Amino acid sequence: MAEITYAQAVNAALRRALSEDPGTLLFGEDVALPGGVHGVTRRLRREFGERVFDTPISESAILGGAVGAAMMGLRPIVEIMWADFAFVAFDQLINQAANVRYVSRGRLTAPMTVRTQQGATPGSCAQHSQSVEALFAHVPGLRVCLPATPQDAYDLLLAAIGCDDPVVVIESRELYHSLKGPVDQDGPRAPIGGARVHRAGSDLSVVTWGPMLHTVLEAARVLESSGVSVEVIDARWIDPFDTDTVVDSVSRTGRLAVVHAANLTGGFGAEVVARVVERGVSLSAPPLRIATEDLRIPAAPALQRAAIPGRDTVAGRLLSMVAPATTA
Amino acid sequence: MPHPPTQTALADLAGLWRIRVFEETVTRLRVEERIAGSVHLCIGQEAVPVGACAALDLTRDAVFATYRGHGWALACGADPAALFAELLGRETGTNGGRAGSAYLSDPGHGFYGENSIVGAHAPIAVGAALAARYDGSGRVALAVFGDGAMNQGAVHEAMNMASAFDLPVVFLVENNRYSELTPIAAMVRDDDLVSRAAAYGMPGSWVNGNDVGAVRRVVAEAVDACRSGRGPVLVEAHTQRLVGHYIGDAQTYRPRDEVEAARATEPIVVLTSALRAAGAGDAELSAVEARARAEIAAAAVTALAAPPADPATVKEHVHG
Repeated sequence: MAEITYAQAVNAALRRALSEDPGTLLFGEDVALPGGVHGVTRRLRREFGERVFDTPISESAILGGAVGAAMMGLRPIVEIMWADFAFVAFDQLINQAANVRYVSRGRLTAPMTVRTQQGATPGSCAQHSQSVEALFAHVPGLRVCLPATPQDAYDLLLAAIGCDDPVVVIESRELYHSLKGPVDQDGPRAPIGGARVHRAGSDLSVVTWGPMLHTVLEAARVLESSGVSVEVIDARWIDPFDTDTVVDSVSRTGRLAVVHAANLTGGFGAEVVARVVERGVSLSAPPLRIATEDLRIPAAPALQRAAIPGRDTVAGRLLSMVAPATTA
Repeated sequence: MPHPPTQTALADLAGLWRIRVFEETVTRLRVEERIAGSVHLCIGQEAVPVGACAALDLTRDAVFATYRGHGWALACGADPAALFAELLGRETGTNGGRAGSAYLSDPGHGFYGENSIVGAHAPIAVGAALAARYDGSGRVALAVFGDGAMNQGAVHEAMNMASAFDLPVVFLVENNRYSELTPIAAMVRDDDLVSRAAAYGMPGSWVNGNDVGAVRRVVAEAVDACRSGRGPVLVEAHTQRLVGHYIGDAQTYRPRDEVEAARATEPIVVLTSALRAAGAGDAELSAVEARARAEIAAAAVTALAAPPADPATVKEHVHG
């Protein structure tokens, strides 16, 4: 199996969706002729003609256009170039798309996919850096996933496109061109949902998602050298969230940490902790959230490193859960 | 120009009366507290939905309206009993009680719904028109909104994108001169709203929104332009509401005699006078009103007898 980048995996998934379903459209700012500001949608215009098109810089029109086209039976895939831009048009997602099925008792639906990308990268400004998944996950009616590997960038996007409800796929700009991996492009299209255990462990369960997965995996390797066995769960979908997989893991390890790049307060990590605690899982240490503090995101790389948990921060705090006396 | 006493004009009058009586009945049910919540009536504005819907092919066209939308639902052909039931929170409502007065829909009749966010449905209508480009339906999307929505960013985005892509959207402004409780004239430099069409490079037409025949003609021209691929059209229909923004609105912001003056030019008065001038008799005209009253009264009775929305279903349809 050939290795491709995360961005190429997204591109391949879009190509497959456009090939398999003539009702699929792809539109957004600069996605067609320019092939996307990050090159993710390259060549799709050439292959699929007017089903792939550029739009004005009008997020309400993009998202509202998707809602309307989806209500009429098409399967629009739209790009919101940066997740931060979704706020310009949150109405179309929260008040419009998310209500269509419920308020019509299923007579109308909005099977649309919103692709976006998020996270801080060196120099990215405060309006192009936020991790905002919890804001989407708070809205019943929207589905939300954050692929962390090329295979998941492919699989989750196809699952989203096949879903009969609005789905927000939050990709990682940081991973687009930096992460390569084998991608099986011939498998069946999976349904939405389901976490993945990336690494088995016995002392501690860590739940994470998005590019933070790779930071956590590095931290787990650091802890392994200290004799601490960390189980790493990539949530992949935060709506629907796979509570069972997490509870099963924590039931074995007795310890739960959640790590995300999003801000601490109201972050989805709090939800994960609450769900596990509410299930009555016996814990041998208080649950821990490792997140970006409640800050704005600065542009300078040194400031970003100070704001967003990196490998050493994550490793140190995880270690303190297992051996609090030695690291306090 | 007087209307000839044609079947079309008599049908228009029936359409106006059905909406008028429906809204009067809603007022009573709201005052009696059988209907809960905010209710926005279109009394005085009935000619716009009746004329516009007569110009559409509702087997394929799609109407997107505002919270002042009962008249639009009726003009599209929604069952008045199902509409009453929706307002009453009954299981038999168009949306099973999930929408209420301000967000109801009936897609089986081309009514893709009211919207309670001002102007938010304009981009959605653009999406419905966009779909027509690919699905071969020949659909035209009609987005109707008030003068206040002309100051919403989403409406600008919708008009621009529809114009840029030549999409078949009729943007219809029901200008009743009040953006909720504030005069539109105080919120714009130039209250000639239809003149904005030129900025988007689309045709714009002004119409007397109290003249149902004129509305039908102007909207029919707009629909033809859309259907033939010439892109969107902006239509501004001047009208007035004879009631408050919502039931209970004291309207302290309106000049005292304004509503009284408007009664002389409201759509039922205008059309009835025209029909009389064209030779229609009092008995014929009264019969139109009486039939509407009987139909709507029966619909209300049906709705009031329907079971309430079932709480056991409240968690259904969040997802597919």
